[in-house]
Amino acid sequence: MAEFKEISPNASAGAKLTNWFENRFPTAFYEYKKHMSEYYAPKNFNFWYVFGALAMLVLVIQIVTGIFLVMHYKPDAALAFGSVEYIMRDVPWGWLIRYMHSTGASAFFVVVYLHMFRGLMYGSYRKPRELVWLFGCAIFLALMAEAFMGYLLPWGQMSYWGAQVIVNLFSAIPFIGPDLALLIRGDFVVGDATLNRFFSFHVIAVPLVLLGLVVAHLLALHDVGSNNPDGIEIKDNKGPDGIPLDGIPFHPYYTVHDIFMVSVFLMVFSAIIFFAPEVGGYFLEYNNFIPADPFQTPLHIAPVWYFTPFYSMLRAVTSEMMYALIACVLGGALLGVLKGKMSTLFKGIILAGAVVVVAMMLSIDAKFWGVVAMGGGVVILFFLPWLDNSPVKSIRYRPDWHKYMLAVFVIDFLVLGYLGMLPPSDIGGRVSQLGTLFYFGFFLLMPWWSTLGASKPVPDRVTFAAH
Amino acid sequence: MKNIKHLALGLVMALGLATGAQASTGGIAWDKAPGKTTDMASLQNGAKIFVNYCLNCHSAAFMRYNRLTDIGLTEKQIKDNLLFTTEKVGETMKAAIDPKQAKEWFGANPPDLTVIARSRAGAGGTGADYLYTYMRTFYRDDAKATGWNNLAFPNVAMPHVLWQLQGERKPVFEEKEEHGHAVKTFKGWEQLSAGTMTPLQYDQTVGDLVNYLQWMGEPAQNTRVRVGVWVLLFLGLFTFLTWRLNAAYWKDIK
Repeated sequence: MAEFKEISPNASAGAKLTNWFENRFPTAFYEYKKHMSEYYAPKNFNFWYVFGALAMLVLVIQIVTGIFLVMHYKPDAALAFGSVEYIMRDVPWGWLIRYMHSTGASAFFVVVYLHMFRGLMYGSYRKPRELVWLFGCAIFLALMAEAFMGYLLPWGQMSYWGAQVIVNLFSAIPFIGPDLALLIRGDFVVGDATLNRFFSFHVIAVPLVLLGLVVAHLLALHDVGSNNPDGIEIKDNKGPDGIPLDGIPFHPYYTVHDIFMVSVFLMVFSAIIFFAPEVGGYFLEYNNFIPADPFQTPLHIAPVWYFTPFYSMLRAVTSEMMYALIACVLGGALLGVLKGKMSTLFKGIILAGAVVVVAMMLSIDAKFWGVVAMGGGVVILFFLPWLDNSPVKSIRYRPDWHKYMLAVFVIDFLVLGYLGMLPPSDIGGRVSQLGTLFYFGFFLLMPWWSTLGASKPVPDRVTFAAH
Repeated sequence: MKNIKHLALGLVMALGLATGAQASTGGIAWDKAPGKTTDMASLQNGAKIFVNYCLNCHSAAFMRYNRLTDIGLTEKQIKDNLLFTTEKVGETMKAAIDPKQAKEWFGANPPDLTVIARSRAGAGGTGADYLYTYMRTFYRDDAKATGWNNLAFPNVAMPHVLWQLQGERKPVFEEKEEHGHAVKTFKGWEQLSAGTMTPLQYDQTVGDLVNYLQWMGEPAQNTRVRVGVWVLLFLGLFTFLTWRLNAAYWKDIK
């Protein structure tokens, strides 16, 4: 509890008012300093550091537009499609609110993917920022749930059949699968009950979780301090006042910086909303302008673009692919036993574990393992802080070939995403199988490959050229 | 490095092949629709045709008659000329036919047309392109119950509603050997009986109708573009100001 401060009766009205509030609500002043005016961020942030702020902006856009959409939307299988068209036609500026929300969904994934890529590049997930990364991964997971359930609400053909396909995946889980799928749907097929529970989750449950996680993500970040493109700790070089020499107050320097980048972002965002809201069928799928029809399955069901890399992984796991995966498990276990420095007992456990996993892989349908691959593709991100053994954080000081590795990883992710949008094909299937193996190989072999090669000397102070 | 290039090249090639493999579904290639949703005369003519021909069987359940004021009609004009299935201009466009009867007669429910132009877009072009092609490629086919078939939508349940305007036609195919298969390629049309319109007039009429359908799919589309220009102009200015503001602050950071 802060001391009660008396103020001179001659002070200005503004100062008196501030003093009045500061005596009654000191927390607000303290937190403002901690997170804004006296939060010292490295001065060498580059372009890539704007996507966190942009993700926050898009979150606000989604919440505000969502509030207005809910005022007119009807979560009822008979009325949902019509109510969306009602918003598009009869609600004043409804089309703008709806397009902001639909474009915002895709924009959210664009900025979050770029934000995550930034983390990968500069090692932002490494000690002491592991929790920041974990909260971030949880946000990504919540965001996927939010997007998936939101996509059912317009009740178009793609909404309906996309939900049908994804919920059916849960039924591939041994023993509990069919009951779990039933629990999610609330019915034997996707129907009114599904729409109502997805609506509830989309507008209440998941946003609450998302907001809580965002707060945790930011608090944890502000406790340990931001990483930077050089991947060095600015807190290691403090001035006599205890302030990092390479740190600058977040407000005003990064607030003005972010406002500038926000306006650039809004230009792109608005260009899409006003001139190409469907983005050629990628942001709003054409088939979704046909009302949901449980009796007519569309020829080709594709998830929205942001899910397609993981959807590709799901489709890549065929019964043929299982042999490749089994070989990987056995190879991995053998390598661990031969090369690892551990007790004989532990080696035995690894071998036995591998045998059990292979037995399961042989006995359970490939469809289930496809679901495991799809989920694993997201879950593996959580382990990144403990997979990376490189002596330096930032890609700037890593061996050159790490850059190519990261570049191939990005290309791989994009190719998987592209293939996930297409109907299955032989060659596409082969490429996505290779892509899936590379995706998991990138992470699972990281403890090994991240130690290879000579890293460059890391400077003591950040590299910065005055603007 | 070389390996990586090879890998990247392989992936790119695989992508190309995968795209090629994504063949379009049945039907011929789509013609380009005129697509002028700002042409009021064309939209009004399209609305007239829509109400007179399409609304007999199809509905536009999310479209209100009085929205036609957006394309330059007055409420009185709408009431006097276009209201056949309802009394009030604030009502939505319902079909004259009973949906149950439609199902009996055609074997399928005529789909609602409010957003038909948005839903039919695809790899072949915009939804308007599809509709423009579809409405111009009906032909006589005695093998079908309705006596009509369509090149853009083979075996469609819908008969040729505008046949009196276009007349009756039959497509001419040419058979060719390709990769050991006999392939039928569309060569042109044979007119069986004349319609009340010349082919050029008919194309224009269908163009107007499709134009209307495209507009009806999103009546706010012209407003959207108009507002968008101002929004971007504002944001351009705002970006300039924030850029200078940012520079003014950051000049202190050495």
